[in-house]
Amino acid sequence: MKHSASERLVGSPIRRPKARQLVAGRGRYTDDLRPQGLLHAAFVRSQYAHAKVLAVNTRSASALAGVVKIFLADDLLRVCRPWTTKFSQVPEHRSAPQPPLAHGTAFWQGQPIAIVLARSRAIAEDAAALVEVDYEPLIAVASGAAALADHSPLIHPSLGSNILFEKKLRSGEPETVFRQAPTVVRRSMRFPRLTGVPLESRSIIADFDPTQKTLTLHASTQVPHQMRSVFAAQLGLDESRVRVIVPDVGGGFGIKLHTYDDEVAVAASSLLLGRPVKFISDRFEAFVSDNHARAHSADAALALDQDGKFLAFSTVDVMEAGAFSTYPRSSVLEGMQAINQVGAPYDAAAFDAHLRIVFQNKPHTGSYRGVGQPIGCAVTELLVESAARLMSIDPAELRRRNYRNAAQSGPVTLSGVDLGGELSQEACLDKLLALMDYPQLRREQALAREQGKYLGVGFASFIEATATGPMFYGSSKVPIAASDGCSLRLEPGGTVSCITSAQFQGQGLEVALAQIVADAITIPFEAVTIVHGDTAVTPMGGGSYASRGLTIAGEAAMLAAVALRQNILNAAAELLEAAASDLELHTGRVEVAGTDRSISLAEVAFAMHYCQHLMPPGASTDPMVTRHHASRRSFLVANGIQASMVEVDPESGFVRLLRHWVVDDCGKIVNPMLADEQIRGAVIQGIGAALFEECAYDDQGQMLAATMADYLVPMAADMPDVEIGHVETPVTDTLLGTKGVGEAGIVGASASVANAINDALAPFGAEVFHLPVTPEKILRALGKIT
Amino acid sequence: MKPAPFSYLRVNDLVEAFDLLEDYGADARILSGGQSLIPTLNLRLSAPSLLIDIGGLASLRGVEARGEQIRIGALTRHVDVERSPLIATHLPLISQAMPHVAHAAIRNRGTIGGSLALADPAAELPACMLALNATMVIASKKGERKVPASEFFKGLYATALEPNEILVYIDIPATHGGERYYFNEFARRHGDYALVGIAAMCEFIANQPRDLRLVFFGCGDRPLRASQTEAAVLQTGLTSPQLEKTITTAIGRDLDPQADLHASSSTRLHLASVLARRSIASFLNS
Amino acid sequence: MGDITEAVDARTHLVDFLRDALGLTGSHVGCEHGVCGACTVKVDGIIVRGCLVLAAQLEGASVQTIEGLTESGEFSDLQDAFVEANALQCGFCTPGMVMCASELLDTAPTTDRLKIREHLSGNYCRCTGYQSIINAVASVAQRRLAANPEHDATTERAR
Repeated sequence: MKHSASERLVGSPIRRPKARQLVAGRGRYTDDLRPQGLLHAAFVRSQYAHAKVLAVNTRSASALAGVVKIFLADDLLRVCRPWTTKFSQVPEHRSAPQPPLAHGTAFWQGQPIAIVLARSRAIAEDAAALVEVDYEPLIAVASGAAALADHSPLIHPSLGSNILFEKKLRSGEPETVFRQAPTVVRRSMRFPRLTGVPLESRSIIADFDPTQKTLTLHASTQVPHQMRSVFAAQLGLDESRVRVIVPDVGGGFGIKLHTYDDEVAVAASSLLLGRPVKFISDRFEAFVSDNHARAHSADAALALDQDGKFLAFSTVDVMEAGAFSTYPRSSVLEGMQAINQVGAPYDAAAFDAHLRIVFQNKPHTGSYRGVGQPIGCAVTELLVESAARLMSIDPAELRRRNYRNAAQSGPVTLSGVDLGGELSQEACLDKLLALMDYPQLRREQALAREQGKYLGVGFASFIEATATGPMFYGSSKVPIAASDGCSLRLEPGGTVSCITSAQFQGQGLEVALAQIVADAITIPFEAVTIVHGDTAVTPMGGGSYASRGLTIAGEAAMLAAVALRQNILNAAAELLEAAASDLELHTGRVEVAGTDRSISLAEVAFAMHYCQHLMPPGASTDPMVTRHHASRRSFLVANGIQASMVEVDPESGFVRLLRHWVVDDCGKIVNPMLADEQIRGAVIQGIGAALFEECAYDDQGQMLAATMADYLVPMAADMPDVEIGHVETPVTDTLLGTKGVGEAGIVGASASVANAINDALAPFGAEVFHLPVTPEKILRALGKIT
Repeated sequence: MKPAPFSYLRVNDLVEAFDLLEDYGADARILSGGQSLIPTLNLRLSAPSLLIDIGGLASLRGVEARGEQIRIGALTRHVDVERSPLIATHLPLISQAMPHVAHAAIRNRGTIGGSLALADPAAELPACMLALNATMVIASKKGERKVPASEFFKGLYATALEPNEILVYIDIPATHGGERYYFNEFARRHGDYALVGIAAMCEFIANQPRDLRLVFFGCGDRPLRASQTEAAVLQTGLTSPQLEKTITTAIGRDLDPQADLHASSSTRLHLASVLARRSIASFLNS
Repeated sequence: MGDITEAVDARTHLVDFLRDALGLTGSHVGCEHGVCGACTVKVDGIIVRGCLVLAAQLEGASVQTIEGLTESGEFSDLQDAFVEANALQCGFCTPGMVMCASELLDTAPTTDRLKIREHLSGNYCRCTGYQSIINAVASVAQRRLAANPEHDATTERAR
């Protein structure tokens, strides 16, 4: 699609040229790469959630034709150190050293015990099936309650506790307020363990060259620079000798942010063998090895006065981690955001939160899209609508009465979160109610009830932390960048290569970056080429997490573009014999203002590359500039509101999703189509969490939903269309003015669907607070089954 | 996951297949559409040493009318059953059921014989066979024998097929116009295996209900006729205000559904009674 | 690609054969349980799950992959619509999704969004939330039906 460079590209719904490649099947994902001499890895994984590994017999497995080597923990520990998640600013966070393969003890069903390297994946699996493991099963700690019970074993005796992290927050006098409040709503809520299920499973090829002592990783990762740091550190290599190249990534959603023992084992094996090793997690092992998330039990309460004014919020949250705190980001943020966000949209006088994150004999938890915020939102919003029903106040009205007023109460929430600038909650609510035609929906609902049909409408206001700053990881000595960098190279023909540290998972960020750069240099969209995904080539950056890609990497691109623009003008000034301040750059030409003298960008670029003798001394005319950007704030706060309309069949408990709406304020929008599609995808994930998804475990820590037939992800037939509106409150201290949008959809969707279901059930006095809200739970709430 | 190694042979006629079954016994599996078998191989839930591919036996494919019966070849693909005008006309219950069977790409390869031989208790077609009093035509080296549907489904993934036998045809009495059919299921997502489903038929003679068949699937280890419920409903009367109570009481005697990850026994029982009531309502509205 | 003759392990399923033996990596492996649809290709003109068919079963069969069908242009209007509607993000589900949608458009074209959703309900997408995919398919159906209105499958025939 050709755009004249005089049209503003930023703000346009430009289509992705990359989509043409992907729709033709020409994407190149990690498994599509087939280097020479490749070995394939498969793992022997623990059958037990907690067991001593007494002996591992690999004799018959090793003898199988096509098997090259089988390594156990002791073999890999010769070249690889165990890792322990630590946050220097959070010394009370505990974790234990984790090895690349289980070493003496297996801590969760699925933990790898042996790695088999063979000529093909099929042969590696055949051999893995022949490996004999001698287990001594131990008692598994497989629930939050079990972790906290006095009689339960300690998963890591050296830590003296099964608590990974504990935090209490308090503001005002919550006990007094709750005791004296005319109305108190108390609810026990459960949010199941979930996992991300990216369609492309975790994939890595590790290639160690023993002659150069260099390690090249091709990996489906969201964080190549983090991966480089971690693998270098664990394998005792200089960072400069480790290179991470990221082919196309088939979805990440936070799952591909973490350090996985099996991936480190693959790299260690390559070190030992001096050959490339490929590991593609299959779907079956993904369910017991990918990071999990959520897994909260929250006992929460809301106190109100007689007019429905919120007086206090309280939450007691027990969250499951795994056997180790996830590395290097920890499992803490999932928990902290689940309590930090409680009550965040509202004013109240008091607040009380108690979080305990407990170890489990299960896979790690942490950092799946939304990272605890969907829980904080759901705890809040489910309480709010329960209160609305109890007090017969319209739920939209109840929110409006209680939205925080920063002018009155300041920017810091009761949980201690500094929300920074003004929120736009009332504006979002107004826009939403108009978009839905709210009064009409209530009329439809009333009519339907007369006919014995039960429609429900539910809302969820949400506040979202996006584009986090360096205060969290960097200040705790965790090598995760909160910055991103961009190098812009003006090519001799006048086009621009944009070499970015941004990492892509399909969001279309490459288009947004090109829009920004093209607008700033006034060249066509097609004249910008994006280079990314190679730690040897790009600036360092944080990668794709916390809805930061466009906001941080885009800002870096903008800063670089401004600097490159200046260099272009400096060069052109010399060539046109004018002052740079008299020059204008538009539609790819530099003009002397008020005259007909001009020069094309291509001519300037040629001179900048080949005619340095014509360039001015003193002023910069470098054809390539690099800029980095990190937010000065802890995060940029975005806000929005969602609504859901459902029909519940009280006979069967089945729910039909009829409509869904989102009004989001993510500041300035660079590409409205891409922003809206991020919202849609995330909403559907949130709906999955509300109705379908659960990593179900038995009390022995055995995963019950370990295939895609049992772990129910949302499919097309059961999902609604999502109608979207925006409010734009730009960020004033950046050039771009954007906030993150990638997680907005998932933060509020579960809550609005759960609220809609409870609204539909209101005539029966039934409510459900255990997700996923299944037909069975609805039938039980209705008293139709016991 | 990749399957464990196995050998593969494509046979040109049934005799070859019978010989191989004799030699290999339980170590061999018949491969027709593969849509149920191959996932179990991929997950290493089963590891036969030989797959006998009977997919080339064209004589076992197709739908034909034979007098008062419709004969469906065991190798007839679901998609062909779905699109068959003969079945739409003469076996409308099956036509109602087909869109619920998995998804298009599965229906394009999966066969009715494969589905019936697997006998997944949550599958649609076994229940339809029971509701329609189908007869399974089974072949072996010794010849053919016929087993009525009521005796064919024996338990969890267990049928009357002996290890050396192959299901070759299904003979089903065609509708003669007085029957009303109702097929429905509760599934968490479109195309999933049912939590509970019903394949029901009621024959009306001079506007009076005569023959009522309520067959449930997903409610036990095999499709089950709720005969006590059928009798109680006919006795109480389809239009009786006591109908719901009658059904709820009787159905607990007919069904003792399993509990699993997706639903408890009482949920399944409750959903079964809902489906029973809806089937009756549908018969009255037709 | 023309006629292929290869020796193959009996246990090799079609999508692994395409990817490993023939280098046709456009079809993807997502689950190997036949549930996600990422491996959807055409065999003898109809869509199948590439992980639920053994390569060995396909003696004499014709197989069409996303590469071949892109080259032939058979559903270029559908591919254009996917790009226009942004009906993909990471692209991993896309070849299978396009294959599945193309069969609906060929056999029972409809602009009914629920019918389109039901047909595609065996293809998992985690990125888009499906709506843009439905938009793309519906837009193609609309254009094709405008040219050939007698093919419209929007109104129920059987059931």
